[in-house]
Amino acid sequence: MTLQAVVIGTSAGGVQALSQVLPRLPADFPAPVLVVVHVPPRLSNSLVDLFAAKCRLPVKEAEDKEPLAPGTIYFAPPDYHVLVEASGTIALSSDEHVNHSRPAIDVLFESAADAFGPELVGIVMTGANSDGAQGLRAVCAAGGQGLVQIPATAEVATMPEAALSACPDARTMALERIVPALEAMIAR
Amino acid sequence: MSESIEDIEIQLLLDAVYRHYHYDFRHYARASIKRRLLQARSQWGYDSISDIQSAVLHDENILPQLLNFLTVQVSEMFRDPSYFRALREKVVPHLRTYPSLKVWVAGCSHGEELYSLAILFAEEGLFERTIFYATDINPAALRAAQAGIYPLDRIQLFTENHRLSGGHSSLSDHYTADYDRAVFSKSLRERTVFSDHSLVTDSAFGEMHLISCRNVLIYFDRELQDRVVGLFGESLVRGGFLGIGSKESLRFSEHADLFAEFVREERIYRRSAQ
Ligand SMILES: C[S@@+](CC[C@H](N)C(=O)[O-])C[C@H]1O[C@@H](n2cnc3c(N)ncnc32)[C@H](O)[C@@H]1O
Repeated sequence: MTLQAVVIGTSAGGVQALSQVLPRLPADFPAPVLVVVHVPPRLSNSLVDLFAAKCRLPVKEAEDKEPLAPGTIYFAPPDYHVLVEASGTIALSSDEHVNHSRPAIDVLFESAADAFGPELVGIVMTGANSDGAQGLRAVCAAGGQGLVQIPATAEVATMPEAALSACPDARTMALERIVPALEAMIAR
Repeated sequence: MSESIEDIEIQLLLDAVYRHYHYDFRHYARASIKRRLLQARSQWGYDSISDIQSAVLHDENILPQLLNFLTVQVSEMFRDPSYFRALREKVVPHLRTYPSLKVWVAGCSHGEELYSLAILFAEEGLFERTIFYATDINPAALRAAQAGIYPLDRIQLFTENHRLSGGHSSLSDHYTADYDRAVFSKSLRERTVFSDHSLVTDSAFGEMHLISCRNVLIYFDRELQDRVVGLFGESLVRGGFLGIGSKESLRFSEHADLFAEFVREERIYRRSAQ
């Protein structure tokens, strides 16, 4: 299949969890990867630096009206929602908090589901709230793939559990399995 | 993918709103418009976006409510304090050289940005020589801006932001507190003209020394951003200043060369001399 994008959402324990996934992405990974992590605004700036040092793919903060580039990891900027337009560009918004969060995972996932339909993978990992559950449901409803960290392996299981109950079609897996699973999808 | 029915309905609704009411949302960033229209649909209990279209065309009372969904009213005083600090430290020294000043707060929402600037100008001794223009397309927002009343539970945040912006008065000097609201003093807005002005459809109306337009451009598509940036270019005196939102940029705009970066990290630009 052609994979147009990967979207990832995580909260409490997320930085650790992402460290198990993003650095494993190969340098020739063909799709853009968009990431929402709930962290206090100041910390999320340094996320870009942290992961840029660890990853083979370029890592940057998502910018408004920026066209998505293949093999690039985009982090949501502090205090803004990130949406994807059907044209494949990024749109930021300073709308109200959703699920007490800005950026919110649901906002990214729902817009990406709308833009990319079946050619999207949504991934929900550790976190102590239920943001991302509705979003993952939208990804699956549009024919995309949902992946969820096995709740028992998550630092906080609430978010993976919520995602699974909203989206029972999603596959659960350990963090180490996520990148191989993505690669397998591309190879097919 | 082929266009979904919902996307077709949204396009028709925006066309209808434009043709009947002359509010033009056709070039707003579509993903957030869609999100907000779907919220409106579920909140109003309609089955489809077409039902909203029918309602708004046949009942004028629906329009203000629809505007509240189509425009985003989120703001705070001295939001991003470092922006206001940069205005204070880097832009004000230039503004001091003018005998009289015009400042345009475009997309002023409930007025938080306007009052922040008014207080800053008062602190810097520029207030008396300044006329402020506060504009928005949402009439309810303009009324709120004119009233200058905010829930008391937001004041702590405003006070902290004001302090971080380098404010040298006490924010409490500028409002009186009721039991649950803060009423900002009338004198702060006595030099302000509030008016209904659309960045999409209306033209330039004067030679500004400073335009502050934060978190409005993100809601527009690139074509519309270009128009608005061009409008700002026309509206500024040579050497005038433009401040936009902390995650906005003129980088993708075709009129970028009208402006030079002045304080890069704070997205403050200066109108070029030519
Ligand atoms: C997110 S608020 C930004 C408020 C404030 N500038 C700030 O940054 O805190 C966006 C504002 O832009 C206004 N707006 C949207 N479209 C507009 C247009 N075409 N012309 C003028 N204002 C517009 C909305 O009504 C809303 O008040």
